[in-house]
Amino acid sequence: MNETSAATPGLAEETEAAAGTVQSTDATVGEIYVDDPRMTCRNVNVYYGEKQAIFDVSLDIGKNQVISMIGPSGCGKSTFLRCLNRMNDTIDVCRVTGQIKMDEQDIYDGGLDVVPLRASVGMVFQKPNPFPKSIYDNIAYGPKIHGLSDNKEHLDSIVESSLQRAGLWEEVKDRLDQPGTGLSGGQQQRLCIARAIAVSPEVILMDEPCSALDPIATAKIEELIDELRENFTIAIVTHSMQQAARVSQRTAYFHLGKLIEVGETDQIFTSPRHKLTEDYITGRFG
Amino acid sequence: MHTSTLIILLLGLMSLAYYFGRKRSLSLVGGKVRDLHSLPSYYGMQTAMWCGIPALILLAFWLSFEESVVTGMVVESLPQEVQNLPPERLDLVLNDVRNLSQGDIVSSTVDQTMQQAADHYTSLMSISHMALFVVALSVAILAGLWAQRTITREQRARNRVEKAINFFLLSSSTLAIFTTVGIVLSVLFESVRFFQQIPVTEFLFGLEWSPQTAIRPDQVGSSGVFGSVPLFAGTMLITLIAMIVAVPIGLMSAIYMAEYASKHFRTLAKPVLEVLAGIPTVVYGFFAALTVAPFFRDLGTDIGLTVSSESALAAGVVMGIMIIPFVSSLSDDVINAVPQAMRDGSYGLGATRSETIRNVIIPAALPGIVGGVLLAVSRAIGETMIVVMAAGLSANLTANPLEAVTTVTVQIVTLLVGDQEFDSAKTLAAFALALVLFVITLALNMIALHIVRKYREQYE
Repeated sequence: MNETSAATPGLAEETEAAAGTVQSTDATVGEIYVDDPRMTCRNVNVYYGEKQAIFDVSLDIGKNQVISMIGPSGCGKSTFLRCLNRMNDTIDVCRVTGQIKMDEQDIYDGGLDVVPLRASVGMVFQKPNPFPKSIYDNIAYGPKIHGLSDNKEHLDSIVESSLQRAGLWEEVKDRLDQPGTGLSGGQQQRLCIARAIAVSPEVILMDEPCSALDPIATAKIEELIDELRENFTIAIVTHSMQQAARVSQRTAYFHLGKLIEVGETDQIFTSPRHKLTEDYITGRFG
Repeated sequence: MHTSTLIILLLGLMSLAYYFGRKRSLSLVGGKVRDLHSLPSYYGMQTAMWCGIPALILLAFWLSFEESVVTGMVVESLPQEVQNLPPERLDLVLNDVRNLSQGDIVSSTVDQTMQQAADHYTSLMSISHMALFVVALSVAILAGLWAQRTITREQRARNRVEKAINFFLLSSSTLAIFTTVGIVLSVLFESVRFFQQIPVTEFLFGLEWSPQTAIRPDQVGSSGVFGSVPLFAGTMLITLIAMIVAVPIGLMSAIYMAEYASKHFRTLAKPVLEVLAGIPTVVYGFFAALTVAPFFRDLGTDIGLTVSSESALAAGVVMGIMIIPFVSSLSDDVINAVPQAMRDGSYGLGATRSETIRNVIIPAALPGIVGGVLLAVSRAIGETMIVVMAAGLSANLTANPLEAVTTVTVQIVTLLVGDQEFDSAKTLAAFALALVLFVITLALNMIALHIVRKYREQYE
């Protein structure tokens, strides 16, 4: 359990510790609870076959907030994110224990249907993955399968408002019947965000949404994330600490499958309390 | 002595040349391989190639011209009146001379001049063989020696060997292409001969097929009508039935294999499905003729339909079963080639598995699936054994799958089986049919490959 060679027991309990003084990885440092949570995760463990990928993570995701998850590659941040809408179900060997609740409903309850869950917890992936269909059909796909539209006019208005909220409407309104794969990378990613918005989710999960994009497209997406916060709860996994600092209100730092530290973004980036967090954000590794 | 002895001798010389070439390159630098431009084995190979290739090329040319040169010399030695015979008659005489010299059966009586010509032929042939032996071996030895003597340490042996290998590979692939061209040309020439007797329009648009031509004017049942429409209609009918069976079953099994089946089931079921592809078509043929056709006939009788005991339905269904693994394995490949990101995107929106398959995976994989189906169609059109055994021989122009029909391939088989005269329209019709069939399947294959390639480009 001791990934850090110099784990000093006892320091974890010192809540008023100075920057970078906590070294134990046994417990999460910082405030895992929020006053108004949209999702609550308690003691989540994830296994890929025999290998454990996530160790005992507890975390609240606050309403209309952006929470960013940072950490070195392979630290389990994406795996944790994919637990929140049960995308890990598509991997045969993956097993999740613990409790994840959304508005008091346990999403891993055996009786729960994943279809409405995934409709209310949308996801945007690392690489833009528009379907090989027209721009219109890409957006209309979700509303169609969930029966959200009553008629063609209604569907049209859903498509338009989704594209507008994703900031893509002005660019594509004249070519809605063109294939979505023909857009530029940044436009494709905003199309995917619009596609996720179209089913009116409550939470949007973003798995490194800008890692395949150039800086200008990235800036647009970050701006968009900030606007979306008004109506949605957003959890974003990112490799870029600047991005986490720019877009999120809370930040969670993962290391080797453990949630090391979580807190207000300002606090994490100015005065991290855990040694590993400090090392990571000051660029000593990762 | 025989040519094979010569080839074995040449191969022996080549290995000697390899040994000496390698040895000389090493002795040039006193065993320090680093000082050579190339590894010693390349010098060996270079020497061996110089030793073998010119001699083998000489051998090939010699053998291809030997016969005509010797024959020409024999003709000149024949009496004037024989030389003045028309070409076909002269050919017959020369054939006799050859047969006589090899101790085969001769068609005419053996007279003095014939015997002399045969002896002359035999002696010329043996002289030519001896000369070939001497010349080829000396070319091999001289070229090998020259190559070995001229080895220097800067010589770029590796590059030369690479170039030679490159050339060998190129000639192998052109050989395959030329074979195809050769097949096409032979079919084409025979077809042209056919079309000199029967007009193209009659062949392509005629509605009646009855290829028995009369040898004697009073022969019965020898109409000799060559309208190929019933054959192509029969082919299309059977292909259609086969595709109706194969496409849904193959596609659905591919979807199950790719999207639903557990790993365990897949490793078990895929080889079993591919066993279907390994069954010889003749086995499918008698399965169709002895099991499926009677089953359909009895079933038809039970529900009050007349089903011919050799029906298009039986042949088509069995052919469809044969093609299932073809369709399913090609579709399986293209479905697996659809990126996981597409599935994730759809699942992430809350789509169920079947919604994802219907709305995302199948549309994305459709070009590949269509390509696979077209390849399967061209396979079905060219299939012979099943239809020979199960579909019958009567050239009915019908769209009723319960009747017997015949296909292009079946007719080609029946036209060419047994002793045939190659100047009658009946036999030549087979080549015309083959030509049209070839054009159709070639076109289908090209369309299919084009579609498949276009699809592959999309995701790479």
